[in-house]
Amino acid sequence: MNINQKHVDAVIVGSGWTGMIMAKELTEAGLKVLVLERGPARDTYPDGAYPKTMDELAFIQRSRLFQDMSKTTVTIRHGVDDVAVPYRQIGAFKPGTGLGGAGLHWSGQHWRIFPEELQLRSHYEQKYGKSFIPPDMTIADWGVTYDELEPHYTFAEQVFGTAGQAYRVNNQIVGNGDGNVFEANRSAPFPLPAMKNTYSAMIYWKACAENGLHPFSQPSANASTPYTNPYGCQMGPCTFCGFCSGYACFNYSKASPNVNILPALRLSQNFELRTECNVLKINLDNMGKRATGVTYVDKDGNTHFQPADLVIAGTFAYNNAHLLLVSGIGEPYDPKSGKGVVGKNLAYQTMATIQAFFEPGKFTNPFIGAGGNSVTIDDYNGDNFDHGPAGFVGGGPVWCNQAGTKPISGIPVPDGTPKWGSGWKKAVSDSYVNTVSFDIEGSSMAYRQCYLSLDPTYTDSYGQPLLRFTFDWQDNDIKMSRWITNKMIPVAKSMNPKSIKVLVKNFGDHFDTRPYQTTHLAGGTMMGTDPKQSVVNRYLQNWDVSNLFVVGSGVFPQGLGYNPTGTVAALTYWSAKAIRNQYLKNPGPLVSE
Amino acid sequence: MSVSGSRLPRRLFVLQTLSFVPATAIGFEAVSYLDAFADQSANYVPTFFTDTEWRFVNAFVDRLIPHDDVGPGAVEAGVPIFIDKQMGTKYGYGGLWYMHGPFAENTPPTLGYQLDLTPRQLYQNGIASADHAITQAHGKGLADLDDATKDDVLTAMEAGTLDIGKNPPSNTLFGFFWQNTQEGYFSDPTYGGNRDAAAWSMIGFPGARGDYLEWVDQYGKKYPYAPTTVELAENQG
Repeated sequence: MNINQKHVDAVIVGSGWTGMIMAKELTEAGLKVLVLERGPARDTYPDGAYPKTMDELAFIQRSRLFQDMSKTTVTIRHGVDDVAVPYRQIGAFKPGTGLGGAGLHWSGQHWRIFPEELQLRSHYEQKYGKSFIPPDMTIADWGVTYDELEPHYTFAEQVFGTAGQAYRVNNQIVGNGDGNVFEANRSAPFPLPAMKNTYSAMIYWKACAENGLHPFSQPSANASTPYTNPYGCQMGPCTFCGFCSGYACFNYSKASPNVNILPALRLSQNFELRTECNVLKINLDNMGKRATGVTYVDKDGNTHFQPADLVIAGTFAYNNAHLLLVSGIGEPYDPKSGKGVVGKNLAYQTMATIQAFFEPGKFTNPFIGAGGNSVTIDDYNGDNFDHGPAGFVGGGPVWCNQAGTKPISGIPVPDGTPKWGSGWKKAVSDSYVNTVSFDIEGSSMAYRQCYLSLDPTYTDSYGQPLLRFTFDWQDNDIKMSRWITNKMIPVAKSMNPKSIKVLVKNFGDHFDTRPYQTTHLAGGTMMGTDPKQSVVNRYLQNWDVSNLFVVGSGVFPQGLGYNPTGTVAALTYWSAKAIRNQYLKNPGPLVSE
Repeated sequence: MSVSGSRLPRRLFVLQTLSFVPATAIGFEAVSYLDAFADQSANYVPTFFTDTEWRFVNAFVDRLIPHDDVGPGAVEAGVPIFIDKQMGTKYGYGGLWYMHGPFAENTPPTLGYQLDLTPRQLYQNGIASADHAITQAHGKGLADLDDATKDDVLTAMEAGTLDIGKNPPSNTLFGFFWQNTQEGYFSDPTYGGNRDAAAWSMIGFPGARGDYLEWVDQYGKKYPYAPTTVELAENQG
């Protein structure tokens, strides 16, 4: 059955962080807002209720909160001439579905970008020369500055109840100077004091300091004390239960759209939420210049047309590129000619890990943890070191993020351990509470040959083509990851462990879709200053369809070393401010071509 | 919410007692220990696996995680029961995966699982063709081989060198056995494995306790409480 719905001022596709932030901002501006979520309604109760949420099998191995892969997925290939095959099981990354999106089951690592990363291409060209950037590397400036985003980073931290120790507030060093010395200037301290540190993290802190590095307690959107945010939403202190990433928090401690925004949003007469409504496309007028609304399918299979004056694409990371491609908005990117924009610059992150094994009796107790809780160094992140002699673009934070190691998925064992049998059992038994593990969460640059497009063969349960990833590791990023890893091996050694194990990519390794890495995908709907080189302008407004705004990490021109959510939230508030203060007064392009 | 007090699981108690058995007696101890558990497993009637398959599954997972004085073996932990029960869930029917064709052949392993087989089909086909290949090579099925030969067979399957055809190949079958065995061994006991949370006790994982705020900065101290399961926490919460 086809149903025509009543007009709303704004329709938002997706109920994760971006959709909920936009819904809050636009209802505050007096707009009638409808949010459409493809998955089910979810909340702390029942989805995160204790003790049922403490179930690794159900939540991780059987994907309780993740995207329903039986309905839709993506296809993946390594090279532009390969045939892509479906990503059939959750592996390398864990996209969400349902109310709150991946924001319900994230970790809570809450970062601000380094100012120079927002001008990545021009910064490198100016400092290291144009020829320093490899010819196939398509990195770009974002078109927005840190100073412009700063107030929005600050507000997002207040909404999220972020715990941390500031280093510099209004150009004054604060505390004992034990924040992150590399952090950009802030207009306000974190709303909550830094969390306690685990034993592993303090062993790491000491080893970093002994090696001349600058450890700090990293910002965490896991509440360190009781807190009420600017929306009146309440959080309770984190108990370090260790069930964060992949789970809904039973303590109201981990920031989520469900805990930190929805309770306030539900009080608004202007807000409506419809779950289990899958948006198929954005409808356009005859000229293709204006969105008239969206078409969606409800859980009973009825097709609806939802008219709206303003459309916000707030789906997960790369899914906005899919929505634009199936709606015929913007020119699809072609890696051969380099023309087109939609799907361009798919980027990810480049992980490496070092594990230090101690004799039984160390008791690092890795079940004690919180997703955002970590001691970190940024000495090798951003442009905090001289890239000239290093010879690569990018970097990454290195952290001891004891997030709660669970036994099915997470027990590290030393090199040389048998893969099964009694030898394996002895090793897991000896290692579980006697290991310190830390990660190099490296950046992933953008390349001409890494992009998103529609798959020619495979379809989702609505008959639409799946999104196709063309992605593989590139030498620049492997070089970065190996360089930082080599710098960090002495740190592991100075902990005086029995042995260490280094997990790092080799040159020529292909992207492996099976083991979990990160869910921090970027690009596909990149922002920028040139309509021929980007999908949205600096306010995240689509260049072709001015009543369409596209929010989320898809607008990042390349992948960050940091986790994306802090910057995703700041950019969404920045975009919302432009809609409220400029667009609604005079609907039309906010930046002239 | 409250967390339950120290509860020493019955199984842990047995393990601690047995760890005093002299080394010379360990071989005997292992046999009698398995016999004790044969009783419990004997009471379980598999709903998915046939009798022949059930013997194969028990023999397979017993070698993946054998009983020894470090901790429970997979059989005594209930791993075969766990796998049998999982076959009746959405997972067993492939309902958690994208299972639409075409199913490409000879794809790089890095692109993940690409077979047109649900876990149920994979175990059924795989066990039949593996036991056939094993019988051809050794004159009897896996369950009737000695431990050393079983280990050789498992090693060949892990490497994919035991030819059992392509639906599934032997390394894929091995991979499912190993993944599901670790799941059954370490998941909450409610799913039929990790009997008495003994595998958690072995490594020192407290399960569903959920509150370590007072333990975060007690650096280098052994956490003193036995594991709590979802069921225990629910009954005592």
